[in-house]
Amino acid sequence: MSESPTTVHPAIEKLRAQFADAIIEVHAHRGDHTVVVSPERYHEAIAFLHNDADCSYDFLTDLSGLDRIRLHESPRFEVIVHLYSTARNDRLRVKTRPADGEAPTIASITDIYPAANWPEREVWDMFGVRFAGHPNLKRMLMYEEFVGHPLRKDYPVNKRQPLVVERPVHDTHQPRLFYI
Amino acid sequence: MTEVLTTSAAPESSPVSPKPAFTTKDMLLNMGPSHPAMHGVIRLVLALDGEIVKSADVEIGYLHRGFEKDSEVVGWGQVFPYTDRLNYVSPLINNVCYAMGVEKLLDLQITERCQYIRVLISEVSRITDHLTCIAACSMELGSMTGFIYLMKAREYLYGLVEELTGARLTVSYVKVGGVKADLPEGWLERLETALVAVEKEIAEVNRLLTRNRIFIDRVKDVGIISKEDAWSVGFTGPVLRSTGFARDIRKDEPYLVYDRLDFDVPVGALGDNYDRYLVRMEEMHQSIRILRQCIKQIPGGAVRVDLTGRPLTGAEMVDSAKMGMTADLLLRTVRPDPTLDGAEKSRAHLINADAKSVVLPPKEDTYGNIEGLMNHFMLIMEGEGLKPPPGEIYIANEAANGELGFHMVSNGEGRAYRVRCRPPCFYLMQGLEKMIVGDMIADVIATFGTINMIAGELDR
Repeated sequence: MSESPTTVHPAIEKLRAQFADAIIEVHAHRGDHTVVVSPERYHEAIAFLHNDADCSYDFLTDLSGLDRIRLHESPRFEVIVHLYSTARNDRLRVKTRPADGEAPTIASITDIYPAANWPEREVWDMFGVRFAGHPNLKRMLMYEEFVGHPLRKDYPVNKRQPLVVERPVHDTHQPRLFYI
Repeated sequence: MTEVLTTSAAPESSPVSPKPAFTTKDMLLNMGPSHPAMHGVIRLVLALDGEIVKSADVEIGYLHRGFEKDSEVVGWGQVFPYTDRLNYVSPLINNVCYAMGVEKLLDLQITERCQYIRVLISEVSRITDHLTCIAACSMELGSMTGFIYLMKAREYLYGLVEELTGARLTVSYVKVGGVKADLPEGWLERLETALVAVEKEIAEVNRLLTRNRIFIDRVKDVGIISKEDAWSVGFTGPVLRSTGFARDIRKDEPYLVYDRLDFDVPVGALGDNYDRYLVRMEEMHQSIRILRQCIKQIPGGAVRVDLTGRPLTGAEMVDSAKMGMTADLLLRTVRPDPTLDGAEKSRAHLINADAKSVVLPPKEDTYGNIEGLMNHFMLIMEGEGLKPPPGEIYIANEAANGELGFHMVSNGEGRAYRVRCRPPCFYLMQGLEKMIVGDMIADVIATFGTINMIAGELDR
C-alpha cells in the first residue's frame, strides 16, 4: 500500500503548506486520495480541513479503523476518516496512526464533526483504540462484559465468550436509580 | 420500569412562583429491544417527564453478526450472501455496491447491459424499501389498510425479484464483473405490468394517507430535525432530503448509467415526519420513471440463436433421468435455467466483463470442457480466485436509506484484508435522540417509523 501519488490533490497541497512536518504519507489508488498525518497534529489537521474555505470538508462520511499487524507495519493501528465537501463535491481520506502501547490513544474529533461520536465508539469497541476527549466512550455494538476487541487480527473469528449474568437495568444519563 | 429521583420541576430559588406543593420525578422507560415498534432489535432508554421525552439513550448491537470480521475470513466473491443480509429490504443494492467496490479495486469495466441491469434492480429495490417503510409506519400509526395495500404492491416487485434471482431476500444475484444470469425472457414486459400495478396501489395509499386528518395529526411537525443538525450528524438519503438538502449520490457523483437517466431529487422543507413520508412517496415515482427509461434504453437483445431444436432445461433433464429415460440424454443439448444455474454461454458476454481471472465461466463450459472446469475451480478454490492488487478504495452508492459505502483494503491475497461497511442507518440512529427529545412518547413510534431503521445494516 505505498503507491506514489498519480495526480496532485489541491486540498492535500494546501494541507502540506500548512502542516509540512505532520504529513507522513500521501497516496492515490484508483482515484481515491489519501493523506496520512501524524497523530500529534491529527486533530489540528482535521480542524483545518473542516474550517479552511478552500478545503471546506463539511461532512464526515465515515470513520473506521484498521489493524495492520498482518501487513507487518508499525504502528499497528490506523484510524481512517472519510471526508466529503459539498461545495467542491470532493472526497478525501485522512489517516492517522496512534502510537502502539497498552491502549493506543488518539484525539477525538467529535468537537469538529459531531457525526464522529458513534463511529469512534465503534472503533474503540472493535479495535481498542481510545479517543481522548470523547464524551461517551462506551462499547457500540458489543456488550460491556465482552472481553477483547473483535476486529483485531489476533482475535480468532470462532472464539466464544461465556454467557453474561443478567444485570440490572441502568442508564448512563441518570446516576441514581430506584427500582419499583 | 424504573424511576429516578431528580430535582423538583420548578426552580425553588424563583421568588415569584410559589413553591410547588409536590415534587415530580423523571421516569426511565425502557422501550425495546422486545417492543413491537422497535422491530425487536433496538433499545431506547427514555427519560420521561409525564409524556414528554426529556432525553433518550439509543442502544444498538442486538443484531450484530460480525459482517466485517466474516468478510476477512472468506474470499472476495463469497461475501455476497452476507451483503444480502445488510439491508434485508433492498438486498440487491448492497450486492451492487459491494460488487462495484471490488471492481474498483480490480479496475474492471463491466458491460453496458450489466450496468442497466444493476440500475434496474437497484431502483426496484429502492421502491420495495420505501414501500416497506411507509407500510410499517402507517401500520404503527393505526392504518392497517395502508399496510395491506403497500405490501400488495411490494409483492408484485418481490415476485419479479424472485423470478430473476431465485430468492426474495437472500438474492446474491450480483457477482464481481457482472451478474449471475441475464434477465429471463419477457421480464422487462412483466416489470412494466408490475409498475402499472404498483402505481395504482401507491395512488390508493396517496388518497388514503396524504390528506388524512388522523395521519397528518400524528406526523406533521413531529420529529423535526434541521438541515444543519442532520448534515452534522451524518444523515444521508431521504431523511436528509426531507430537511431540504438536495444531496443524492446518483446526481452528485453519478455511477453506473445514472448520468444518462432523467429524474428529479425531491426535497422537503421542514424535516418532519410528514416531509419524510412525502419525499419517500415521490422518490418511488422517480424510481418508476428511471425504470421506464431503463426498459427503453437497455441494450443487447438477448436472443438465443445458436441452439437448434427444442432446448431442455436442467430440471427437465433430471426428471427424465429419474424415470429412467437416459438413452438419448447424451444427444440432447442442456439449457441451464437462466435464473438458478448461472450464466449461459450465449448471453454471458452481454452481462459479464471479459476477464477470466474474475468472472466465472458460463455453465456450459464449466460442465462441458476441461478448460472451463479448471477456470471455475481456480476462481472457487480457497486461497485462489479473485486477487485484487494491494490498495484501498472507498465506494459509495445511493441506497434506499442513504449513502451505503464500502471501504476495502486488499493486500493482494484471495480474501479481503478489511471491509468496512458504512451503513446509512448507523448515522440516522445516531441522530434519533435529536429528533425525539421534546416530543411525546407516542411520537417516538412515528419518528422511528419514518427513519426506516434496518437493523441488519445498523448492527452488521
